[in-house]
Amino acid sequence: MSNTILEIDNVQKSFGGLKALSDLNLKIEEGKVHAIIGPNGAGKSTMLNVCIGQLSPDSGTVTFNGENLIGKSPHEINQTGISRVFQTPEIFPDLSLLQNVMIPAFAKREGAFKMNIFRSLSNEHDVQDEACKILEDIGLIGQLHSHAGSLSRGDKRRLELAMCLIQHPKLLLLDEPTAGMARLDTNKTIDLLKKIKEGGMTKIIIEHDMHVVFSVADHISVLAQGTIIASGTPDEIRGNPKVQEAYLGGAHL
Amino acid sequence: MKAPTIKNDLFVMLIFSAVILTMPIWLEPMGANYPDLLQKFAIFGIFAVGYNILFGLTGYLSFGHAAFLGIGSYTAVWSFKLLTMNIFPAIIFSVLISGLFAMLIGFITLRRSGIYFSILTLAFAQMFYNLAYSVLTPITNGETGLQLTRNDPRIIDRLFSEAGEGLPSTDFFGFAMSGYSGFYICAALLIITFFISQRIFHSPFGVKLRAIKSNQTRMKYTGYNTRPYLLAAFVISGMYAGLAGGLMAATDPLAGAERMQWTASGEVVLMTILGGVGTLIGPMLGVGIIKYFENIFSALNDQALLQAYAFMPDWLANIMVAITSPFVGEGWHLTLGALFVFIVIFLPGGIMEGIDRIKKLFTKKPVEPEKEGSLS
Repeated sequence: MSNTILEIDNVQKSFGGLKALSDLNLKIEEGKVHAIIGPNGAGKSTMLNVCIGQLSPDSGTVTFNGENLIGKSPHEINQTGISRVFQTPEIFPDLSLLQNVMIPAFAKREGAFKMNIFRSLSNEHDVQDEACKILEDIGLIGQLHSHAGSLSRGDKRRLELAMCLIQHPKLLLLDEPTAGMARLDTNKTIDLLKKIKEGGMTKIIIEHDMHVVFSVADHISVLAQGTIIASGTPDEIRGNPKVQEAYLGGAHL
Repeated sequence: MKAPTIKNDLFVMLIFSAVILTMPIWLEPMGANYPDLLQKFAIFGIFAVGYNILFGLTGYLSFGHAAFLGIGSYTAVWSFKLLTMNIFPAIIFSVLISGLFAMLIGFITLRRSGIYFSILTLAFAQMFYNLAYSVLTPITNGETGLQLTRNDPRIIDRLFSEAGEGLPSTDFFGFAMSGYSGFYICAALLIITFFISQRIFHSPFGVKLRAIKSNQTRMKYTGYNTRPYLLAAFVISGMYAGLAGGLMAATDPLAGAERMQWTASGEVVLMTILGGVGTLIGPMLGVGIIKYFENIFSALNDQALLQAYAFMPDWLANIMVAITSPFVGEGWHLTLGALFVFIVIFLPGGIMEGIDRIKKLFTKKPVEPEKEGSLS
C-alpha cells in the first residue's frame, strides 16, 4: 500500500439548488494514474475545480501531502505542486511556444512573484534548454517561435500539457486531454501519457474515451450525481454491473 | 519572433539615442526644431513610454495617468519653492511622490480589470483634479496654479547666495532648463527611461506581464500571484508619469490642475494607440505626431495656407484654403480625430503595424505574423 497524496473528504458543493458534489470521498495514491469517469454533469470538473482552488466547497476538506488546500488561492495551490490541464486549452495565445513553456518554468524556479527587471530573457539558457527539450518531447520543437494562438486544437492541448510538465508537479490533473482530437492525435497523446507515467508523477485524469482510460489508468473511480459509486482497478470496473448500468449502459469494454 | 539578443538591444539603444540627440538638426526642415517643442517631445515621450509599460504589456487601460503627471508637477514646484531651483531634487521627489500615489491608487483600482479598472482610474484622476481646485487650494493654489514667488524660502539656495532681483530660473547644476540645454537634459532622461523600458520589455518580468495580458487565468493556475505584478507595472508607469510632470514644471515652473484633467489622460492613450500599443518605439512616434500636429497645424492660418498654395491659380487656391482651413489652427483637433479614426480602423496596431506591413512588401518572403510587441 503506497502513500495517499491527495485526500478529498466529505466535500459538498451546490450551485443554487443543484447539488454538484455530495459527500464526495476520494483517495489518490502516490505515483498512480487515477482515472475519473462518469456521465456528463456528474461533477467531475467541479471536483477538479475544488482541488485547484477555483471553487471553494460548501463543506469538507481537500488535503494534499498533509496540507489543507481549502481557502488557498490558485497560485498557492500550484506552488504546492499541483498543475492542471484544462478542458479547453488555457495557453498564452499571444506569446511564442517557447515563452509559453518558459513562463511555468520561471514560476517553479522563482515562486509566485519576482521582479527580475534587469535580467535578459535571452540569457536564461537553463530555462530555454529545458523548454526546448519538452517541446521536442511533444513534437512541437519546429514551431518554437510561432504564436501559440496559431496552433491547431490538438497541438494547443499538447502545449498546455508541456507547460504543466515543465513544472514537474507532484500531482497532474488532466481534464479530458483528448476531447475533440482525431484518433491519430489521441494515440499520440496516449503515448505521451504513458511516457510521463514512467516518471512516477501522480495523475488524475478525467476522460470520456474508454480506449484512453483503459490504456493508461491504474485505478478507476466512477462518479455519478456528485458521489463516487464505484472504485477499483480497470478489471474490477469493467466487471462491475452497477457501473455498466449507471454509466456505460451495458456497452462492451 | 526570435528573442531579441542583448547585442540587438544595444544596437537599438544606440540608434535611438542618436536619433533623439540629433532632433534639433533633422527637425529643422520641418520647422519643428525650436526648443519648446523639442522639450515637449522628450517629456511626453517619457510619459508615453512609461504608460506603455502598463497598457502595452499588461493590457490594463488606465484613464487616469494624468493624475500622476499633475502630482509630479506640484511636487517639483514645491521643491523649487522650498528647497532649490536645481531640478535634481525636484524630479527625484516627483518620481517618489507620484510612485507613492500610484501604489495607493493601484492597490485599489487593480482589484478590477477591463472597463471597471479604466473607470476607477478615471474616477481617481477626476477626484484629484477637483480636489486641486477645492479643498487642496493651500497646496495647489487653485485656479491660478502653483507659481514661484520672490519670497519663497528656497532653503538650500539661500545657503549659498542671497535672493536676487526677480524670479530665479530652474537649472540642472548650472545648465539652464530653458532653450537647447533644457532639451538635452530632457532628452538624456528620455534615453535613460527608454533604456529601462527596453530592459523591462525583454526581461522575464516583462514577458510575465505580457502573459497576464494574454491569459490571466492561466497565469494564476501556473503559480503566479498576478496582483503584485500588475501593481509593479502600475507603479513604474506612475513614476514615469511623475518624472514627466516634474520635467514639465522644470521647463516651465508653473503647475496647474488642468494637467490632471481627463483630456490629458486621454492624450497619452491616444499617443500610445496611434504609435502602436505594446511596441517599444510606437509610443514615441505617437508623441511625435501628436505634438507636431498640435504645434505646427494649430499655428497655421488662412494666410499661411494661401502662401502654401501660392503656386496654384487664385481660384483653385481659394477653394483649397476653404477645404483645408477647418483642419488647421483651432481646428487641428479635427485633423487629429480623422487621423485617429483612420489608424484605428485600418491599422489597429498603430503606425508600427504600418511599418511592419511596408517591410513585408519589400521582403516579399511569406513571414509569419509578427505581433510580439517588441522591436527586434
